[in-house]
Amino acid sequence: MTKQGRITFINGPVVKAENMTGYIMRELVYVGEIKLVGEIIELDRDQATIQVYEETSGMKPGEPVFSTGHPLSVQLGPGIIGNIFDGIQRPLPFLEKKSGSFIKRGVKVNSLNPEKEWELKIKVEKGDYLKSGQLIAEIDETSVIVHKIMVPPDKEGEVIELVPDGRYSIEHIIAKIKDKEDNIYEIKLYQEWPIRKARPYEDRLELSEPLLTGQRVLDTFFPIAKGGTAAIPGGFGAGKTMTQHQLAKWSDADLIIYIGCGERGNEMTDVLEEFPELTDPETGKSMMERTVLIANTSNMPVSAREASIYTGITLGEYYRDMGYNIAIMADSTSRWAEALREISGRLEEMPAEEGFPAYLPTRLAEFYERAGYVKTLAGESEGSITLIGAVSPPGADFSEPVTQNTKRFVRCFWALDKSLAASRHFPAINWLDSYSEYLNELEPWFKKNVNQEWLDLRNSAMSLLKEESRLQDIVKLVGEDVLPDNQRLILEIARLIKIGFLQQSAFDNIDKYSDINKQYWILKVILHLYDQAQPLVKKNVPISQLKNNKLFNKLLRLKNTVPNEEIDKIKDFKNEISDFYQHLADNY
Amino acid sequence: MLKKEYTGLANINGPLIVVENIDDVAYDEMVQITTPNGEVKKGRVLQVSSNKAVVQVFEGSTGLNINETRVKFLKESMKVALSKDILGRVFNGVGEATDGGGQIYSENKFDINSNPINPYSRKYPRNYIQSGVSAIDGLMTLIRGQKLPIFSGNGLPHNQLAAQITRQAKLGKEDKKFAVVFVAMGIKHDEARYFINSFEESGVLQNVVMYVNLADDPSVERIIAPRVALTAAEYLAFEENMHILVVMTDMTSYSEALRELSSRRGEVPGRKGYPGYLYSDLASLYERAGMLKGREGSITQIPILTMPNDDITHPIPDLTGYITEGQIVLERDLFQRDVYPPINILPSLSRLMKDGIGSEYTREDHPDISSQLYASYSHVKEVKSLASVIGEDELSELDQKFLEFGSKFEKLFLDQDKDTNRDIEETLDLAWDLISDLPEHELDRVSEEMLDKYYRRKDEDGET
Repeated sequence: MTKQGRITFINGPVVKAENMTGYIMRELVYVGEIKLVGEIIELDRDQATIQVYEETSGMKPGEPVFSTGHPLSVQLGPGIIGNIFDGIQRPLPFLEKKSGSFIKRGVKVNSLNPEKEWELKIKVEKGDYLKSGQLIAEIDETSVIVHKIMVPPDKEGEVIELVPDGRYSIEHIIAKIKDKEDNIYEIKLYQEWPIRKARPYEDRLELSEPLLTGQRVLDTFFPIAKGGTAAIPGGFGAGKTMTQHQLAKWSDADLIIYIGCGERGNEMTDVLEEFPELTDPETGKSMMERTVLIANTSNMPVSAREASIYTGITLGEYYRDMGYNIAIMADSTSRWAEALREISGRLEEMPAEEGFPAYLPTRLAEFYERAGYVKTLAGESEGSITLIGAVSPPGADFSEPVTQNTKRFVRCFWALDKSLAASRHFPAINWLDSYSEYLNELEPWFKKNVNQEWLDLRNSAMSLLKEESRLQDIVKLVGEDVLPDNQRLILEIARLIKIGFLQQSAFDNIDKYSDINKQYWILKVILHLYDQAQPLVKKNVPISQLKNNKLFNKLLRLKNTVPNEEIDKIKDFKNEISDFYQHLADNY
Repeated sequence: MLKKEYTGLANINGPLIVVENIDDVAYDEMVQITTPNGEVKKGRVLQVSSNKAVVQVFEGSTGLNINETRVKFLKESMKVALSKDILGRVFNGVGEATDGGGQIYSENKFDINSNPINPYSRKYPRNYIQSGVSAIDGLMTLIRGQKLPIFSGNGLPHNQLAAQITRQAKLGKEDKKFAVVFVAMGIKHDEARYFINSFEESGVLQNVVMYVNLADDPSVERIIAPRVALTAAEYLAFEENMHILVVMTDMTSYSEALRELSSRRGEVPGRKGYPGYLYSDLASLYERAGMLKGREGSITQIPILTMPNDDITHPIPDLTGYITEGQIVLERDLFQRDVYPPINILPSLSRLMKDGIGSEYTREDHPDISSQLYASYSHVKEVKSLASVIGEDELSELDQKFLEFGSKFEKLFLDQDKDTNRDIEETLDLAWDLISDLPEHELDRVSEEMLDKYYRRKDEDGET
């Protein structure tokens, strides 16, 4: 293509150019002599406004703008898993090879390695008529993920040429298909897809299965469904990133996509160093075999930050189309919103609340609505995308626009609380401010797989916590001693729930991942103790007798002394409690 | 290449000037401005279009006029010459020597806006730095390659604390390769002198590079100063393999200079008038801390900021906290009760601490005991607020014990002299001494094993 624009204006990542007739909106362009990656975000007669994804230092008016004819897209094929990309899908290990420890500008690298050969197993025959999204061949991308080569969503046809099983690189044409209008399409090991467009599916299904995270406060109190959406808002130091890391490590999704959007460089390094050494509790394989990282740290170009979220979700949708359950962690969506604001400011758009552009809610909605549990395009399988977005409200004030607008589009709200974090109660998820709208949809699953009375148990514990918070208000005024004993018992039980159940250590080998059955049994035992102690209070047995230090201490340590496989020990402990209180009752 | 000189400006607005009818000018390039009476100033292109450039003048636009000012575009972005000779020297905010020792000449010129570090090339920081301050070493351990700011208020002893950390910081065996880059942004003359004296007394002055922009120096230079300093730090750390501690004070003045410039440019303001890109801008400084794979050196940052009106939710501390790896928060209440350093441990935090302490680095009991101190001290605060309502006498026996623990913790653990240097063993032993005043069953953060080994069981409790 010979179309060529000319730069007329430069202000940071915003560049304007003339002679741009024929360019399309959202087109990927190369800007200036050193060909920086950019995207057209506004067209006005022959003038275009371009958002540039790299530093524009040294660029001059008069330099050229090159057309590519297609929108900003990602390359979808084998080699994505285990990799770490920047916001526009450039693999960081290759950038390092090309430009060293610091990322230089205008470096061109392939998203996927074009030389690597993959062991391909063909799953169709010549003459088969393939629908959009239908499986053609399979590759063992990692030891846990089988990569499915599918017909791209906008194509279909009869297989007229096909290679045999064997080793091929991604650029190799493995098949040709002919559609009803006699158009012939070549199928390679990869396809391209624009990041701002959701990939199609056949149907959206109801959500019915939880995404288990091994984190007690989430799974038991505020569960999220596979295909659901959640937000984790919290001020700095409340543990957003910590929680996101825990979710990335222990969620029972098939594939995790972790988007570090405008956050710290060392945190990405932490993940890079830690994940290969961790093993997945389900498969026993390295975590990195089911993880994709996208990193746009806070010092990397701000416009690529805006794109990183879309890059991540498009990669997720591609694997969803293969029939996998994907969990996407975006840390943090506030940085993405701020990137929108920064670009909007440079475009001199009319600002809405706190300087954010008026289209912020629209963008947020578009993003969160890409989550869901779907029947894939060819109807062959089901897959899901669960979206978990961290929100960083300025001054931990949840009334700011990003938190408020996010709340409108997510159904799980895991509110992090600075005062809990200050007293080192982790995860610092405030049980009174958080909610999950999935409880009722997930109840049948929990009834079937955990216990019939799961929801009742959860609700009783929740009302105890609620009651405790009311009592604490009184205690703050008059002290604990003046409360009647039945209320003091509630305080003690709530303490057991808070320390023995809600608090969970990410660093303890046993405690870091709590199986859903173990969760049930710990809570069961705590409430059993309550049931046993209550009648004794009525008999005027003093609290000091009911609160046996040895018994309570053992209960508090169930979480980090009893491994997931040994929950019988918890059941035995339940009898120990019954015996203790029986004995106490007999002596009164 | 021919450098064309233009005469005459279209507009002067504070430190910003507009030059028209230009040709071949690049975004972010350096500019030399000559005033009608021959004074030469430096500047930088902030925005450029086909025939017009907006230039920021570093030394301020005083003395410029519309018709006679001459402007020359220098065809390069701002670079600073660096060699090992910068150690022991003093420079102004744009990197010119001000100590009378002559300018630095070197083949090695570095762009002050360095490229971002590839996250894949980073090495995760794991080695702790012993500061000799119990509150920091025990509860918010500083790690080599970390950025850990001090959130302070006007009148609080943040300078003393920063100077003490700088004097006492112990990096193990490689002490020889340790140096300090000190950058002052809009600080008072007295404060600058305090630091120089403190470095001198402790004999580290020969290993200190100072970039000083004082409160009455041009505010635009304040925006350049930390970039020049960090470029020097990167040179020393990654070219000369040294371990560099960068002390940056005061980030509040820096942010205010940024706001001033943003408002002159007529940009859409964000919270409290600060530009919407304050986060990205601060990140472009803070994220220059760290370590790289395959290189020896490291950059550790201690930025200092004074929270306007002691408000931690103000945009400057707020955005800083979101970027840095924790924070050390000073509190006026402790200061007034004569506790030095007045560190409020509850909002303070070191994010990298978890990987740099424990048996491999400090001592096996460190993670447990620090978590327990936080939890117990947090309970002390609850008890205190209860006591202020119902009176201390009405508290339960247990709560009274907590109260006693709390005041001992503040007096014996937090409080220390400005030249007391406690090593990590001493700090941890002290912590166990104090925590052993609390009954064993209240210590739910400590494992049984650690309790058996370190808890000082008291005879009168009858629990041995």
